Amino acid sequence: MTTLKEPALTETPKLIAGPASYLDDRLGAGSFLKRNLRKVFPDHWSFLLGEIALYSFIILLLTGTFLTFWFKPGMGHVEYQGPYEQLRGVMMSEAYASTLKISFEVRGGLLMRQMHHWAALLFVAGMTVHMLRVFFTGAYRKPRELNWIIGVLLLTLALAEGLTGYSLPDDLLSGAGLRITEGVAISLPLVGTYLTFFLFGGEYPGEDVIARFYSLHILLIPGILLALISAHMILMWVQKHTQMPGTGRNNTNVVGAPFYPAFMAKAGAYFLFTFTAIAALGTFAQINPIWLFGPYTPADISAGSQPDFYMGFLEGALRLMPAWEINFLGYTLPLSVLIPALVPMGIIMTGLALYPFIEQWVTGDRREHHIADRPRNNPHRTSIGMAAVVFYGLLWLLGANDEISAFFHIDLYHTTIFGRFAVFLGPALAYVVTYRICMGLQRKDAEVMSHGVESGVIKRMPNGQYIEVHVPPAEDIADHLRGKARLPILPGEADIEGIPPKGARSILGKARAVLSKKYGTEHVPLEEEGGHGHAAIGSGEDKH
Amino acid sequence: MTSNEHSSHEEDARVPRRVIGTPAAGTAVLGDSPPQPPVEDPAVVYPDLAAARRAERLVALLFLVTFLSGVAFIASYVIFQVGTVDSTAASNLALGTSLTLALLSLAAGIVLWVRRIMPKYTLVQERHPMVSAPDTQEYVADTFVAGANESGFVRHKLLRRTLLLAAAPLGLAPLILLKDLGPLPGTSLRHTVWKKGLRLTVEGTGAPIRAADFNSPGGILSVVPQGYEHDLNALAKATLILIKFRSDQLKAGTNQNWTHDGIVAYSKICTHVGCPAALYEQTTHHILCPCHQSTFDATDGAKVIFGPAARPLPQLPIGVDSEGYLIAEADFDVPVGPSFWERGDAEAEAREAREKAS
Repeated sequence: MTTLKEPALTETPKLIAGPASYLDDRLGAGSFLKRNLRKVFPDHWSFLLGEIALYSFIILLLTGTFLTFWFKPGMGHVEYQGPYEQLRGVMMSEAYASTLKISFEVRGGLLMRQMHHWAALLFVAGMTVHMLRVFFTGAYRKPRELNWIIGVLLLTLALAEGLTGYSLPDDLLSGAGLRITEGVAISLPLVGTYLTFFLFGGEYPGEDVIARFYSLHILLIPGILLALISAHMILMWVQKHTQMPGTGRNNTNVVGAPFYPAFMAKAGAYFLFTFTAIAALGTFAQINPIWLFGPYTPADISAGSQPDFYMGFLEGALRLMPAWEINFLGYTLPLSVLIPALVPMGIIMTGLALYPFIEQWVTGDRREHHIADRPRNNPHRTSIGMAAVVFYGLLWLLGANDEISAFFHIDLYHTTIFGRFAVFLGPALAYVVTYRICMGLQRKDAEVMSHGVESGVIKRMPNGQYIEVHVPPAEDIADHLRGKARLPILPGEADIEGIPPKGARSILGKARAVLSKKYGTEHVPLEEEGGHGHAAIGSGEDKH
Repeated sequence: MTSNEHSSHEEDARVPRRVIGTPAAGTAVLGDSPPQPPVEDPAVVYPDLAAARRAERLVALLFLVTFLSGVAFIASYVIFQVGTVDSTAASNLALGTSLTLALLSLAAGIVLWVRRIMPKYTLVQERHPMVSAPDTQEYVADTFVAGANESGFVRHKLLRRTLLLAAAPLGLAPLILLKDLGPLPGTSLRHTVWKKGLRLTVEGTGAPIRAADFNSPGGILSVVPQGYEHDLNALAKATLILIKFRSDQLKAGTNQNWTHDGIVAYSKICTHVGCPAALYEQTTHHILCPCHQSTFDATDGAKVIFGPAARPLPQLPIGVDSEGYLIAEADFDVPVGPSFWERGDAEAEAREAREKAS
């Protein structure tokens, strides 16, 4: 069997060699390329999640630029004279009129608008699942804490970018979102009224906010996003990607395919797949049909108004909150707005940003980690993550409690009351359940390593007993399982004389030692098969 | 940029030294030395030649589909015009489908190319700790200290302090510049455009409302001040809902003096975050805000019965003019809409003021 082809190229073609030499003479690009052309990228399906977000961002820039050619970010009133019959003669803002124009009078305008909106949803969704992957595999650990924080900033900025973006068409639905934004901003103690007057150029809605959101949406926030995404990529490149445990992989190497040509081509294809998905959604799945909503007026709203999905958790929090408001000394503290607007987002974003440092403080682990954890092997982290996911998910779900109520014929208020309890009980339950599942999976791994896997071969013993023969696991699977690392624990035990170690004498130190023990102990050690005399499950036997 | 296994920089003789005046040909950065004969590298496994040939045909087919779809995209742009809802839908479908197909087959082709024609790689590269070598650290630390001393920044106190002083106002300047983003709130949030004698008109038609004609027991009407139909700033605070009750239906929470013949006017702007509280349930007389489901009892001064709103919808005093049209008797006596810091317990203050007046 021939496996090697004759090389088809014997020297660099002139067309490439010429410009390459030109650039090298001026930039010294050669030494960079020498080090990086064959940079190795490890492979795992979950490493592609972040790329969805990256490519969506590129598509957002492309489609967004197209939209700016026609969009007019003005709130001056005009009478609609365009081709859409139902709105002809209606007074509306220039922003809304120009969005209608993009939709009905520019060829490909509707496609680009819908692709832009879908890409925005995919951008945030991609970032979110990528972040979950990084969290659950512990890929944020040293040396990647800074990149993790950049990621948290990116996610926060993406929410702001989305909010400023979907307010721009100035239709009735986006106006509802803007009104809620104003209601939240004005509730802030001390600065709220000033902040809203500065944002809206006076009283709500004013005539400035669309133009201001426009410059934030197309210049300031994307500029920062672009800078942070570049930094994110450069750090990933410099620090090299983490890899899953497996054969030949360890903490001091990277195993995979070279950037040139394989990874480059694969990444290009993946960009095109993302582009395909967004183009297909923009073609076949209608999104934000603003012409049906009509122009914005603060006097009207339609029932069942929903924000884009990534704002859903804030919407849910606002809906669940009881009517708490404090008046004192002539001032008002609208807790029923402040708490849901700030606390869930604060918990999630601050928690995310601090987690690497809290974990490091608890475990005392200052080593570099380049092998990704399997989520089961750090059960407390995984459980905390799942508790946060359930907290977010419940808030998100109950942001649509009116839809749930209408669809399932449940009393509307019951969904709210259920939610008020569920946001506390749900995460606790998720913690316990996830923890049990992690431990079960760890035991399963330990069993596979110590007793092997069922081979499907039934053997009759001389004494008439039937047993199923167990065989050792496949080598790649075994190597994958062997990637499990013991979680370090801080010394906290008192010595023989009853004196605790130096770091564990203060109250904080004691708490830290207790946490560390809890966090690190929950670990089922792997024992390689043989020599232990355990009876295999199903009264099998160890086979070598 | 990064360091990996090829980290010995001394070997980076990228380009052979060129004699001035001689052509640069043959000094390509990508190298022109005859390629090494391929060696069997276990880390780079080529696919079977025949399989690669089969894959090549498939890839070529996919690239051809991309070509045709791309042509179809351009043709669609020319053929399908937009304007009506139907023609726009057709154009969108034609453009979108051809674009999707072009991208999909290109992506699929490249993936097949990578997976079936390129070799399988299991290359290994060493990682090095991110931390720089101790001698590098030492050099940088020494250089930093030396440079700081050379600059005189440490020794010359006056220079250092005046520089910091100089920076402070410049740092504030951009913030100061933002002041003209908007006027200060003042008391504007406490007033609406409603004043004595201003007629109530139906939102949408602008028609004034004759009290005798407004008889839709159980119905709800969205109302705006006459002359402000297109003033969004005014509407954001002044929009009303108008409901007619039998007089025995109204409870203590509603100020009966502010009603006319069982007609009550409440602010439509929700006291939670300002959505229009636009839903009304006839049988229970509940006003519901569709945004966050704050529910108000219309018979009882629009007091809150469920949801996150903390205060009732303010009631507007109404009456009729000489022609029998509904008019406002005064502005709201409390701020409408969402709560804000300076608002305080406006309801209690208004109550006290009323008691003092009566």
